[in-house]
Order: sequence, then structure tokens, then C-alpha cells
Amino acid sequence: MDASLKKQLEITACKVRMGIIEGVYNAKSGHPGGSLSVADLLTYLYFHKMNVDPKNPKMADRDRLVLSKGHTAPALYSVLAQRGFFEPDELKTLRKIGARLQGHPDMKHIPGVDMSTGSLGQGISAACGMALSGKLTNETYKVYAVLGDGEIEEGQVWEAAMFAAHNKLDNLVAIVDNNGLQIDGKITDVCSPMPITDKFEAFGWHVITMDAHDFDDIERAFSEAEQISGQPVAIVQTSVKGKGVSYMENQVGWHGSAPNTEQYEQAMSELRAQLEKLEG
Amino acid sequence: MADVIKKATRESYGEALAELSAEYPDLYVLDADLAAATKTGIFKKACPERFIDCGIAEANMMGIAAGMASTGKKVFASSFAMFAAGRAYEIVRNSIGYPHLSVKIGATHAGISVGEDGATHQCNEDIALMRTIPGMTIINPADDVEAKAAVRAAIDIDGPVYMRFGRLAVPVFNDKETYKFEVGKGIELRSGNDAAIVATGLMVNEALKAADMLAAEGINARVINIHTIKPLDKEIICKAAKETGVIITAEEHSVIGGLGSAVAEAVTECCPVPVVKVGVNDVFGHSGPAADLLKEFGLSAENIAEKVKAAVAAKN
Repeated sequence: MDASLKKQLEITACKVRMGIIEGVYNAKSGHPGGSLSVADLLTYLYFHKMNVDPKNPKMADRDRLVLSKGHTAPALYSVLAQRGFFEPDELKTLRKIGARLQGHPDMKHIPGVDMSTGSLGQGISAACGMALSGKLTNETYKVYAVLGDGEIEEGQVWEAAMFAAHNKLDNLVAIVDNNGLQIDGKITDVCSPMPITDKFEAFGWHVITMDAHDFDDIERAFSEAEQISGQPVAIVQTSVKGKGVSYMENQVGWHGSAPNTEQYEQAMSELRAQLEKLEG
Repeated sequence: MADVIKKATRESYGEALAELSAEYPDLYVLDADLAAATKTGIFKKACPERFIDCGIAEANMMGIAAGMASTGKKVFASSFAMFAAGRAYEIVRNSIGYPHLSVKIGATHAGISVGEDGATHQCNEDIALMRTIPGMTIINPADDVEAKAAVRAAIDIDGPVYMRFGRLAVPVFNDKETYKFEVGKGIELRSGNDAAIVATGLMVNEALKAADMLAAEGINARVINIHTIKPLDKEIICKAAKETGVIITAEEHSVIGGLGSAVAEAVTECCPVPVVKVGVNDVFGHSGPAADLLKEFGLSAENIAEKVKAAVAAKN
């Protein structure tokens, strides 16, 4: 990847992380850990990969993204705000009465949200429906679905996985965010979905692995995905839950809790330092 | 009287979809390995390129339907009522109901008249489940004419629709030439002021038979067909409550949460009168021929007539 583009994406991802912390802190609840682990992925997709138009969020031939791990809505909202779908200031209204920014994505009211999600395992099916729809009438759009590694414990994910391969949905890319943690602990301790890559391969998908926090590697993975025809692609990204905020990294406790004022200040100061370094 | 023609509403459903396929090039039909039974196979034969078999995976099918509808296609998703409303309930609620997507759910084999397959497949709870989803329209047609008209009307409704069809062949009593279907509007089939029978689905025909029996004994029962259970035609029901003083509901569904409950909720607000419910009395069904089961569980003209007589006597 071009060095200046990479730097630009890193800067944007850092701002996205600040938006996540801003939202969750003001809401006094929400899911920072998994939001931070998909921040780079969503930044890459919305700023480099996807054909979207913030002025026309319902554009018929737009690429679509389904955040199947809907609890990480703060990351999606923050990316959409950075991309111009709405003002970043609105992130402070997250989860508040009267706000559009619901605790989980709401396609009816939030510009840029392509599917309402939140109940795990459901988004991937809707993404398959969008991809199939595109195939049936020869549309050119792509569909991206972002799943959690804990989420794939849901049986519906595998119904969808079977369906996607059977229908040769090569306009669909599912990204599994493998940060290794779910609410009750390590995914390998709770009810292990491992090995993830072998499972998707066995279901007929083309599987790619990538480092979730390295834009060069992200670019490599999505370039490979683009070459695949006749089958859906699963990208299993190795990520760090809480990435970018030192005390949140790899800590299961930050799955679904908000920072207090002191913690908020520390997170923002760490992210500001990262931003200054990138911009400096 | 001419011979009564009998036809299962699932058959009407499949035929209606096939008929609409030419008119609506963006109509797609999904099924979960039950096309031969739900009769979407009729559509598949007419229009194979717009039929999608999702396999035995109803939860995923509802999500596929939601995703397709989000891109603007007109989608019908079919399975047995037990799986469409029961197994896939939460997907219908969260992926279809919450975003208010225009998915039409064609649920066949509803109620006890599934027959020999027994309790696991006899869904007497689907109306109750679907009624709790905000913005869900629920249509339960009574015969072939009404079922076809309902499918045609549903296709243009903005938002989700749950349509309930039966396995058993039932008498076609509506006149194709004069019948008019209006979503959310009940139909008064018989006038009368001694009592009102409010029925839905295959129980409408039983209600008409009950009214004939009652007339012979000097009781004039009004008969109202409620094909749309949600939104409910409160006007026709409250008018009946005011003018007759007692309502008997009749449905092939649990007495909990279905038409009877909806009617009782309505009259409680507008004109409290006794509401006597004929339905499945909070029990599971069992295997047997449909006709025998309907009798055994009191889903018959005789039982309706008996309930009306008792209610009228209690009133006076």
C-alpha cells in the first residue's frame, strides 16, 4: 500500500477510535473492546474499499456492510461520522433517549447503516440475502459482513455459511474478528469455535487470514479476496480486543463497559498522542 | 344446492404466487425444503429462476428474505407455520419486524388440521407470536377466493405480512365475482342481533353453518369474518358488541393470544360485553385425521352453536 495512503488510513482509524471512546463514555455504557478491534477494518472498508456516497446513503448500487456483531455499533457510527454520513458531534448522543444512534445499528434511522443488527448470528443471513439479490439481477455491488469470533457460536451463522457457498456468492466477503474474547472469557474456554479457518473452508468458502491492525496486510487480504470467483470469501482477522487504548487491550472486562472520567481522559490522551505522532 | 368445491388455502397461495409472477418481475419466493407441501412448488414450476430453496434452515431463510427485501425485491418466504413463526420467531422480529422490511411470510400447515403429523407440527400459537411484533400485518384467509385476494393485496403492503394458510381442503364459500378484499376490514356475512360470531380462517365456514343451525331455533346470530387479525377492524367488532351484547369468537388457534384475545382486548376498551372463545384450549394436539381432530377439539359449527345458545341464555 502507498505510504501516504497508509498514513492517512492510520490517522483516520485513530480518529475513529477517539469517536468510539467519546460515544461510549457519554453513553456510560456500550461495547468499546470489540469496537476498537474492528476500527481499522471498518476504516479501510469505508475510506478505501467501499463504493458509498454519504450524500446518498441509499444509493442503489452502493456496496453494503452488515455489522453482524452489532454490539460494536460505536465503531460503525464513528466511521460513518468520519466519512460524512452525519456530524461526529452526534456520537455523543449514543444510546440516549431521542437519539438516532441506538445501542445497536438501526437501518431505519441512521444514514449509512445497511441492516439493523444486534442479535448475534442474524446479520450474516441478511448479508447473504443482499449478495444473492445482487447476483439475481446482475448488480455489481459487493457485500461485507463483519462477525465476531464469539458470534460464530450461533448456529444460524453456519446455516448462512452453507447457503452462501451453495449459491456461489462471490460478491460476499465475511470478516471474522478473531480477538479471542467473549463476555464470559476466552472463546477457547467458553465454547470454542476453533478452528475457524478450517470450518469456513469445510463449508466451501475461500479463507484468508490477516492482521487486523496492519493496513498493508488488510490491503493484501482484500486484494486476494477480489480475485476469488465462484465462492464466498471469509477473512479471519487476528485482532486485539480494545486495540489502541493500553488498559483495554486484551481485557475481557472491556467487552461491555464504559470508561469513567479518569479512564476516559487517559484513553483520549493516549489516542491524541498516537494521532500527534502520526500527523507529526 | 350445488356441490361444494373444496380446496386448501395453501394451494391457493401457490397458485396466486404463480399468477402474480408475470405481473411482478421482481417477485421472488423462498422456501425451506417444503415446496411440495407449502405449494410454492407451483410458483417454482412457473418461474424457476425466481424460486430459491434455502434448505432446512428457516432462521437463515428469514434473514435471506430480509436482506433481499432491503435491496428492493418483493420477497415471499414460506414454511410451515410452526417453523416460520415458531422456530424463526426472533429472526422475524429482529431482522424483518424491527427494520420494517417488506417480507411476506407464507405460513402453511397452520393449526390442528395438519392432522396425522401430530402436535410437533400443529401450530396453534403463530397468531399470538406474530401479533406481538410491532408493524406486523396478519392475514388468515377463510377460503380459496379470499386467500388469492389476500396474496395479491399483501404484495403491495409496505412492511412485513404474516399470512396463514391451511393444509386441509376447505369449502369455497366466497363468490369470486363479487368478493372484495380490503386489508384490515372485517366482513359481515350474516346480519343478526342476538349474538355475534367473529371467526377467522376455516372457522368462518363453520360459523356460517352454526348461524344456520341457530336460525332454525330462532336465534339470529351475526357472522363476521375477520381475515386480517392485525390491524384488527375494531369498528366492526365494537359495533357488533354494542348491537348484540355478546361475542363468540372462533379460530383454529390457541384461545391464548389469537383472534379471541384480540377481540376481547378491543371490546374491553370500547364496549365491554362477554366474549366466549372457541379455539384450542391451551393443550397440545395429537395425530389423527384433520376432520376428526377439528371435531374433537371443538372447532365445529355444533360447538359454536352450543356456545352461542349458552351465551344468549346467559344474556337474557
